[in-house]
Amino acid sequence: MSTATTTPSSRTGSIAPAIRNWGAPVTLAVLALVALVGFAIGSPHASARFRISADADALQVPDVVLGTTLVGWITAVVLLALAAYSFALTTRAQPAPRWLVPAFAAVWVIAFLVWVIGSANNPNVYFSGLIAGSFTLAIPLIFGSLSGVLCERSGVINIAIEGQLLAGAFGAAIVGSITHSLLAGVLAAIVASVVVSMVLAVFSIKYMVNQVIVGVVLNVLVAGLTSFLFSTVMKDNSSLFNSPPSFHNIRIPGLADIPVFGPILFDQTILGYGMYLAVFLVWFGLFKTRWGLRVRAVGEHPKAADTVGIKVNTMRFWNVTLAGVVAGVGGAFFTLVTSSSFNKEMTAGQGFIALAALIFGRWNPIGAFFAALLFGFSLNLSFVLTILGTPVPSQFMQMLPYVVTVFAVAGLAGKSRPPASNGIPYVKE
Amino acid sequence: MKLELRGITKKFGTFTANDDITVVVESGQVHSLLGENGAGKSTLMNVLFGLYEATAGQVLIDDSPVQFHGPGDAMAAGIGMVHQHFMLVPVFTVAENVALGDEVTRAAGILDLEATRRKIREISDRFGFHVDPDALVEDLPVGVQQRVEIIKALVREAKVLILDEPTAVLTPQETDELLNIIRQLRDAGTSVVFISHKLREVKEISDVITVIRRGKVVGHAEPTASAAELASLMVGRSVSLSLEKEPATPGEETFSIQNLTVLADNGQVLLDDVSFGIHNGEILAVAGVQGNGQTELTEAIMGLLDHASGKVVLHGENLLGRSVKSIINSGVGFVPEDRSTDGLVGTFTVAENLVLNQYDRAPFARGMNMRGSVIAENAEQKIGEFDIRTQGPQADAGTLSGGNQQKVVMARELSRPLKLFIASQPTRGVDVGSIEFLHRRIIAERDGGTPVLIVSTELDEVVELADRIAVLYKGQLVGIVPGDTPRDTLGLMMAGASADEAGAIDIDPVPPTDTSTGTPVANPEEEHGNE
Repeated sequence: MSTATTTPSSRTGSIAPAIRNWGAPVTLAVLALVALVGFAIGSPHASARFRISADADALQVPDVVLGTTLVGWITAVVLLALAAYSFALTTRAQPAPRWLVPAFAAVWVIAFLVWVIGSANNPNVYFSGLIAGSFTLAIPLIFGSLSGVLCERSGVINIAIEGQLLAGAFGAAIVGSITHSLLAGVLAAIVASVVVSMVLAVFSIKYMVNQVIVGVVLNVLVAGLTSFLFSTVMKDNSSLFNSPPSFHNIRIPGLADIPVFGPILFDQTILGYGMYLAVFLVWFGLFKTRWGLRVRAVGEHPKAADTVGIKVNTMRFWNVTLAGVVAGVGGAFFTLVTSSSFNKEMTAGQGFIALAALIFGRWNPIGAFFAALLFGFSLNLSFVLTILGTPVPSQFMQMLPYVVTVFAVAGLAGKSRPPASNGIPYVKE
Repeated sequence: MKLELRGITKKFGTFTANDDITVVVESGQVHSLLGENGAGKSTLMNVLFGLYEATAGQVLIDDSPVQFHGPGDAMAAGIGMVHQHFMLVPVFTVAENVALGDEVTRAAGILDLEATRRKIREISDRFGFHVDPDALVEDLPVGVQQRVEIIKALVREAKVLILDEPTAVLTPQETDELLNIIRQLRDAGTSVVFISHKLREVKEISDVITVIRRGKVVGHAEPTASAAELASLMVGRSVSLSLEKEPATPGEETFSIQNLTVLADNGQVLLDDVSFGIHNGEILAVAGVQGNGQTELTEAIMGLLDHASGKVVLHGENLLGRSVKSIINSGVGFVPEDRSTDGLVGTFTVAENLVLNQYDRAPFARGMNMRGSVIAENAEQKIGEFDIRTQGPQADAGTLSGGNQQKVVMARELSRPLKLFIASQPTRGVDVGSIEFLHRRIIAERDGGTPVLIVSTELDEVVELADRIAVLYKGQLVGIVPGDTPRDTLGLMMAGASADEAGAIDIDPVPPTDTSTGTPVANPEEEHGNE
């Protein structure tokens, strides 16, 4: 055999070593084994009661009662089968179907829920409340993610979401307290967050400082500044400076009584309804309008945009600023809805979870929305479970949202493709 | 529309890229700007297109002066430009790319892509472009991407179309198609400015030729002028366009690759089961349009890529899977395709760059110490031998011109006994004078008995150097043909036609004086002519 020329038509049939990413199957297998050992073998042999309707609801849906052993075994088998399927696909170097990971996640969550509720001291949970609470917790995350989408689609990395949210929360608290006006509070939140945005914009676009570093510095700066002002100004005078008014829920009669979906869609504050509107507007704007086409072009290939007469850096500047507006509303949610006062570093890393939601959602507003919901759910679950009293120590429960974040972004997100020029300053020659 | 550039001067700091250039493009004319890389052609066009502001001089349209502050102004005035590196967003569709910056919208800025699609189909039908408005640009071949760029200009009703080195990325057949399109456009009344350093094309398409050298207009020529005349005008002295070389005297086949397959991180096949061998004292040149696996071929041999399988055999030893350093130490010289990012460290001195592959070995190092005097001596000697124009061995390599940087890389790689020499794009962006010199060095290495692998997207270079030509298309080896295969045939093969279909003889492999058969298990002691 001499070194033969292999023409395309006469392949020798050697098997090409395909690129196999074992991250997903291994992650799934580990999770499936956890389910098998923990939820099926380790079943508390009890039953978990999920209440769908509240007692006051007009429409009553019977409670769902599930046996932990039965559900544990069924779900464990399904999960193992899905993990095995993923292994099989990877071995054959075939891509996993899109439904695989979401389906696995859904089954795993059901298994976990039934197990953890069943093992609680009080194996009884108001399911609709659990979901509604998740939405409430997800709302600032969603605003934060949208802020990230607006920045990063135009090519500026936004690590400063945390700082924007915190600045917004602080601004809303202090101005809302002084003026007793919700509107003024929200406007102040927007202004505070936009200031953070503009610093980010100026340093990253005009002075071309490394965007990740500027973002981190801004987070530290805002945390320090608000903490300082909190202890010097707010703390001693909290009735004057730290008792902002709160938004009340606007309940749409009738529709709000639909089990599970009613509260999340038709019993929200103005900011909650605003969130739905914001997700739609950002999505529609980015993908259906002239503005969006230009924003995406600037984030992907700024020079191409420049050569057709689009002002790249101006566009980026205003996008980062707009991101500040959106994040500001999210920040206001902390002090005007969820909590009745500002507290030191009260955003507690949620800006970073919003960043994770942005990546998990693949820089798409709709994707970020669902990713943020997942994180909101795990956050709320940790609260609810702490109250119900589970065998798992509460500290571990509080880790839940962050563990979910790590798994979601590292193990299951797969290769997501950020805008090609994200984080690269544009310099005209 | 008549376009006039009057006395354009453009300075970058102390460097004068354009010096008092005057060019007049008459309506319905193809006006070529001929000049070497770095002569200032692209700078001039960027001034015209509003991307740069001229230091001095004026642009006139139909005899009235205009001021462009950005590409938007230039396009509004009827000037369209097809850049050398396409200005297309890869993840957008054709329609989105064409619409960008000149969008048709309904109320409230909502995109009306249907209107853009209609315009694209109309233009595409009129000129026979065959462009699908809904295709993603990243999925299109470069030739089609270029047509998208032309459509972009035509949708904006360009009266003057500037094409900056449009044939650099095209196969010969695609080049012919492009030239036909240019003729159609000219006949429809569009003026075309054709920027190139390729004599053949310039002669074929131009009505008027303006030659630029070192930022100045050095003359005008008729398209009937001979290639030699144009070349000497372009370079400033007479050059011999064809290289004298002795026929190869191939020896034993000491280097071969067998079933080499390379995958990208995402699993895409970049190099698909490629096998060939090279004999001692023979140049095998790999031809192909850029991006058909040539880069991966050389990088896989050098051990730079993950996900490579198969065998790379040099003197009976498999190199695949070994470290880059061990491959270099086994006697492989490598000139990478991009000297500024992979070939040199721009902020290191010329002397340091000349020992980058041997800095830790005798005689340049003793124990942990580098020996400055030996390194400096080596630098002096190489600078003389390769005629490297530098302020001195201590000058930063980044300050040298492209041709001299390439000489540094070449000097380093050729300065020790080699068992294999690989050069990727050995003369890209190098002036004509240096090209000749570098080619002679490559041939000298061959004549010394080293197997040589050349990768080039310049067909001229391939034809000039090669004893045998391998053609790559989409990561597959289309065939290996003799070095004197006509370029039309090569062109067809570069577009994917097999040697048979293209009418060439597929030599498989060349057997001239070689008696060895079987897998090259030559014993490693037996080294031919590497002194």
